[in-house]
Amino acid sequence: MGNGRAVYLDHNATAPVRPEVARAVVEALGVLGNPSSVHGFGRAARRLVEDSRELIAGWLGARPAGVIFTSGGSEANTLAMLGRVGRRRLVSAVEHPSLRDVGATEAVPVDGDGVLDLARLDSLLAGDRRPALVAVMLANNETGVIQPVAEAARIAHAHGALLHCDAVQAAGRMAVDLGRLGADSLSVSAHKLGGPTGIGALVLADPEEALEPLLKGGGQERRRRAGTENVCGIAGFAAAVEASCGAPGLAASLAVWRDGMEAALRAACPSLVVFGAAVERLTNTSCLAVPGLTARTAVMALDLAGVAVSAGAACSSGSVAPSHVLEAMGAGPLAQAAIRISLGWSSRKSDIDAFVDAFLALPGVAAAKREVQAWG
Amino acid sequence: MGLKLPIYLDYQATTPCDPRVVEAMLPFFTETFGNPHSRQHAFGWAAEEAVEQAREQVAAIIGAEPKEIIFTSGATESNNLALQGVARLYKAKKNHIVTVVTEHKCVLDSCRQLEEEGISVTRLGVKPSGLIDLDELAAAIGPQTVLVSVMAVNNEIGVIQPLAEIGALCRSRGVFFHTDAAQAVGKMALDVNAMNIDLMSISGHKFYGPKGIGALFLRRRPRVRLQAMMLGGGQERGHRSGTLATPLCVGLGEACRIAAVEMPAEALRLAGLRARLLDGLVGRLKHVEVNGDLDRRIPGNLNVSFGYVEGERLLAEMKDIAVAAGSACSSASTEPSYVLRALGVDAELAFASLRIGLGRTTSVAEVDYAIDHIVDAVSRLRERSPLWGMFREGIDTRVKTWAGN
Repeated sequence: MGNGRAVYLDHNATAPVRPEVARAVVEALGVLGNPSSVHGFGRAARRLVEDSRELIAGWLGARPAGVIFTSGGSEANTLAMLGRVGRRRLVSAVEHPSLRDVGATEAVPVDGDGVLDLARLDSLLAGDRRPALVAVMLANNETGVIQPVAEAARIAHAHGALLHCDAVQAAGRMAVDLGRLGADSLSVSAHKLGGPTGIGALVLADPEEALEPLLKGGGQERRRRAGTENVCGIAGFAAAVEASCGAPGLAASLAVWRDGMEAALRAACPSLVVFGAAVERLTNTSCLAVPGLTARTAVMALDLAGVAVSAGAACSSGSVAPSHVLEAMGAGPLAQAAIRISLGWSSRKSDIDAFVDAFLALPGVAAAKREVQAWG
Repeated sequence: MGLKLPIYLDYQATTPCDPRVVEAMLPFFTETFGNPHSRQHAFGWAAEEAVEQAREQVAAIIGAEPKEIIFTSGATESNNLALQGVARLYKAKKNHIVTVVTEHKCVLDSCRQLEEEGISVTRLGVKPSGLIDLDELAAAIGPQTVLVSVMAVNNEIGVIQPLAEIGALCRSRGVFFHTDAAQAVGKMALDVNAMNIDLMSISGHKFYGPKGIGALFLRRRPRVRLQAMMLGGGQERGHRSGTLATPLCVGLGEACRIAAVEMPAEALRLAGLRARLLDGLVGRLKHVEVNGDLDRRIPGNLNVSFGYVEGERLLAEMKDIAVAAGSACSSASTEPSYVLRALGVDAELAFASLRIGLGRTTSVAEVDYAIDHIVDAVSRLRERSPLWGMFREGIDTRVKTWAGN
């Protein structure tokens, strides 16, 4: 992977698995038995699943029975939307595609900082009396901007609507408490916090809420998600939660590094724009642009320099469509210049320094620096 | 003896993850950890390369092209996607599906869902052997039929449906053929082209891969299209969104690689073990019935019923061996197995059945121990059974006459 120690600053795409997680996964791979089997092997696998469920529920301030394990965040989001049948769907303009693409959705706009327009949410809900489902993410995957979920939930509930909160990027990076958020459901994914890929959960505030399963079949997950449980993934998820709870200072130290990085770049290059800088963001994420820079070539050049960052989200599979998030924020052509730096549990201060050096050496950025000098 | 108890004999519920599979997965947790959909840096490319190699390995074991493989979270998802995805996409043109009453619950439940959406479903019965009647299938296919879904190998009784014949029939009638091969892959030779299979569901943990991963084969020529169920980032060519789990994909690929190499020898070995098991049981117990065709069955499965035994007690007596009574997915229910009922097995005998699954780590000593254990338990239960007493006194309590021994 590049020359020397490659620098990985794309934790919002995925994080490296924590060593204690890898150990838990390997151990769980050695647990023979289908959790649905009634014999001792099955019961041992079942115990592993249920212990993990309890731990994850506690972490999110939820009840174990409300936790539905899924194959990841996308499935959890799809289930949250399609499982609530017959509801009007209001989805914030900056949501993940798994929420925007479920069909028949109406977008709720955000302001220039990427924050949900609560007044518009209120009027959209007031304008139609059908039962509704509102989807508002806790933190955005591209900008890290934190949404006023609790307020949105209050508004939704005042209109008799449900609120689903995509907490995939937020969980493990800030405190997430289902009760405090007031959301009716949360989706989370293990691999964003150093857990394994292929496992996530939809967490219901009311475990008794009727939900139409997306995957039909066996009675697993209290008839809400068929399919043999991903036992090693579930055990790894719990281990990641434990490890992340054991490092409570991480968010604060990432904030110091991230803010220092943004300050250093701004000092060298005053035309730098940091999306969502004026509002509350996850401490690990920075989405920034320099006018005139082309993000895609910049990211390739950074990769050659041994620094992995991204231009937009990872899931768009090579698509060159501009980011819907930045578009919704009114970024205009600047969206094409935006790159995302996202830190995580494995980040070091030296990673940030390497990025700053490599970024400032980019031809487009160097030109912006010269321009400043010429004017100054 | 040195036998480790209890003995695991439930290989149709799940299999141990092969240590070689675990070994292959390890580097993809902490070293090559990138998101395989990150197209912009080396971390992503390395992960993508591993995923694509796994895709080739999965394709190879069923004679498919790598581009025809969609990774899923398991066979349940694959079956849901195959049935609902195809039915919904073609609904405007054709709105009829043919399936079989002995299919896995996720196929049957998908069909029930589709019926609510206005799609008609024909459920074929099976012969006492557990196999379908090809003439019945031919008669069930009509101009509105879009899809025929018949499982390759039954999860309870292990019988192998006539895939090549079904495939040929479906192809000649212009109907897609889906097969749930969760219990077949890695256990028997499969070739999607020779068998004219258009969609095939694959599960990792049924053949020594990890849980949480499976695949759906989706034919490209002639092309089968489907409507995605998992929405979002558009991964897997838009058929299945969600970040791929690189280690799990690699694990599935490695499981396929190993199975492709070891299957022929393993099948022979398991066939020998199963013969030993069955001979041991019928040699020492009367009124043992094999459920389903014995010859057209994967070698690692035996499903037997014991006459004059109380079914509820039977499983409770299996203290040293882990076996199933009915499929794992419905094992919490007290209904007799719907698969056995479909064969015409009466309720009492269906209750008094055991599914014994043999696999890669099963030894001769374990089989011999299982024979003793089952013979003891059945004998003990019969001693306590009034029906058995009456039978021995010559009072025929059954209308049914016992076939075989």
